[in-house]
Amino acid sequence: MNESLHLWLIPLLPFIGFLLNGLLGRRLPKAVVSAIALLAPLGSFLVVLLASRAALPHSESYGNWITVGPLNIDLTFVLDQLSLIMLLVITGVGFLIHIYSVGYMHDDEGYWRYFAYLNLFLFFMTTLVLAGNALLMFVGWEGVGLASYLLIGFWFQKKSASDAGKKAFIVNRIGDFGFLIGLFLLLANFGTLSFSDLAQKIAANPTMTGGVLTAIALCLFIGATGKSAQLPLYVWLPDAMEGPTPVSALIHAATMVTAGVYMVARTHFIFDRSPLALSVVAIIGAATALFAATIGLVQTDIKRVLAYSTVSQLGYMFLGCGVAAYSAAIFHLMTHAFFKALLFLAAGSVIHAMGGEQDMRKMGGLRTKTPITFWTMTMAVLAISGFPFMSAFFSKDAILAAAFASGSLGKLLWFVGLVTAGLTAFYMFRLWYLTFFGETRSHDAHSHESPWSMLGPLAILAVLSVGGGWIGAGRFGAFLSPVLGTKTEELTGSLEYIMMALAVAAGALGWFLAHRMYHQRSAAAQLAAPAPAGYNLLQNKYYVDEFYNLIVVKPLLTLSKYFLEWVVDFAILGGLAWLLAGIASLSGAILQRWQSGNIRSYAAWLALGAAVLLYFVLAPHVFGAASLHLGMAGH
Amino acid sequence: MHLSPEVPLVWYLLLSAVLFCLGVVGFLIKRNLITVFMSIELMLNAVNLSFVTFAHQWHDVKGQIFVFFVMVVAAAEAAVGLAIIIAVFRARATLAVDRIDLMKL
Repeated sequence: MNESLHLWLIPLLPFIGFLLNGLLGRRLPKAVVSAIALLAPLGSFLVVLLASRAALPHSESYGNWITVGPLNIDLTFVLDQLSLIMLLVITGVGFLIHIYSVGYMHDDEGYWRYFAYLNLFLFFMTTLVLAGNALLMFVGWEGVGLASYLLIGFWFQKKSASDAGKKAFIVNRIGDFGFLIGLFLLLANFGTLSFSDLAQKIAANPTMTGGVLTAIALCLFIGATGKSAQLPLYVWLPDAMEGPTPVSALIHAATMVTAGVYMVARTHFIFDRSPLALSVVAIIGAATALFAATIGLVQTDIKRVLAYSTVSQLGYMFLGCGVAAYSAAIFHLMTHAFFKALLFLAAGSVIHAMGGEQDMRKMGGLRTKTPITFWTMTMAVLAISGFPFMSAFFSKDAILAAAFASGSLGKLLWFVGLVTAGLTAFYMFRLWYLTFFGETRSHDAHSHESPWSMLGPLAILAVLSVGGGWIGAGRFGAFLSPVLGTKTEELTGSLEYIMMALAVAAGALGWFLAHRMYHQRSAAAQLAAPAPAGYNLLQNKYYVDEFYNLIVVKPLLTLSKYFLEWVVDFAILGGLAWLLAGIASLSGAILQRWQSGNIRSYAAWLALGAAVLLYFVLAPHVFGAASLHLGMAGH
Repeated sequence: MHLSPEVPLVWYLLLSAVLFCLGVVGFLIKRNLITVFMSIELMLNAVNLSFVTFAHQWHDVKGQIFVFFVMVVAAAEAAVGLAIIIAVFRARATLAVDRIDLMKL
């Protein structure tokens, strides 16, 4: 191994920040809390930058973690091109969002708690990404789930927030169950969880396809659908918007929810061997993209629009993974991290300006009052809509082109993706028009621009959203090829330009419709859609929450109430406890008669005890010989 | 110690047992702390008698040595016990065992 890059510092610094702020933060002044919280991700970011110049891949082992029989799991961190990109995004965007939070959370009484959780999240997220084996990844995976739970329910006095936290945690647990089963299958079949060993073992066995690999891939993908909010486990993400807005930006848009995509890319050697699993990934991804985009069309809460947009964009990434265009998926992951973080932060700035109002029907006309927020948000809207030469133009195009190039199913999925691109542009411009244009619909009119600690990150992210595509355009695949392989069927020549033109046209059409419906018409009719039935269906999010309530939550609650609570808990466990208590108190009632306080009765029992003991000691000598004698005589 | 040859061994042992039982019964039924104390002495001396008897029987001096030890311990016990009895009487103005049923004086 070459010289150490001190990769352990990357997760450790945020963890120290977590400990300091978590244990002492309550007594520290806000300036110190902010300094600790900001230095941690900044330090990690610098370590990543330093490490990025080293020869990749680079792995560092910090000894054995688990040794049981033949099973041997090391504490290993691996830095390769894939984890490097993830780390740069996580610590870089993470740092910007920490800065933003200083302004956004300034008046919150849980300031120190907030930053402790945020640093804890970075600790687990960097662990997840750096992990050299699937079990260590699972630790990070669970950890980010915990941090997500804590931050969604950050304002736990609000019932809806604590409910949303629980929902996120439970839905994620369902996905994690699949992940765990996948890990067990890996262990049972390959005896190792190290990614490099697994890749070698599978590569050494070229005839191995389908079967158990499909099962493993699908189990891992179930985990990914939970964490990355795909059908059918996406329901927690829109509710997760109960958390503070910077949290939505960092965890529920830019980093944590992309962990599923990262995991699929990291284990791509398994998915590559299973065409069935890949098709499932692609179909789920495309279906989620379209499904969530249609719901996003009619939402009125600004953060919920963005939440459904996130679900939809994650669907794009899985579509990319499903057609084996992993580098395109990671590319989109990166650009999405930029523009979606920007969208959320800008939305946070809008909410800040509106004094906590999140309903777009009550916004409007903010263009002149919050000019910087307006311009940065515009950049993000253009970027996500695939405006030419903005970041998502390149990454979305890469995914759509790869889908188009991969067979007849791919053509269908490509079409779904294209429609989704149009819908994306529509709902983003709808948000844009409703928020920034027209007359103000709010009664309290002292909307104001946010402080610089919030606008600075917006500006940096705006630059990245606009220019981020150029980082990867054309060479992202080559950069990632040592990790993800070189299997990309490139479209050539005119066909690629036609693809681009179609995607841009879809975006332009979405913009045009949004312009017609939300800018040119009067404010009153803006939200009434031409087709009430379809509108209601979308407004109610396809009744998926109600459906889950009916088939999962209600039966479980009923079972818990009538069987678990009354029969198991009250009758069986409670009965057992009462029985034991009854025995104890009954024997106590009997035995306490000995404890009379009368010395002479104690003495009497003592004498009796001595007599009994004496009898048992002497009886064999006195009567034993006699009975032996009798026995002899009887013979 | 000289024992008359015509007195059988068992008589000594029976006397010892009778004395011991008198001690036990006295200990159990008497109310006065001093009487209880004397009953304990009676039990100790009953045991001493059987020690001496067996020492004579087996021509072994160990039994007689043991009796000295018992006497020394009994003397020490008498000193400490009587002191306690005096302390109890000063605190309670009674020596009835039944009424001395609290650990706290």
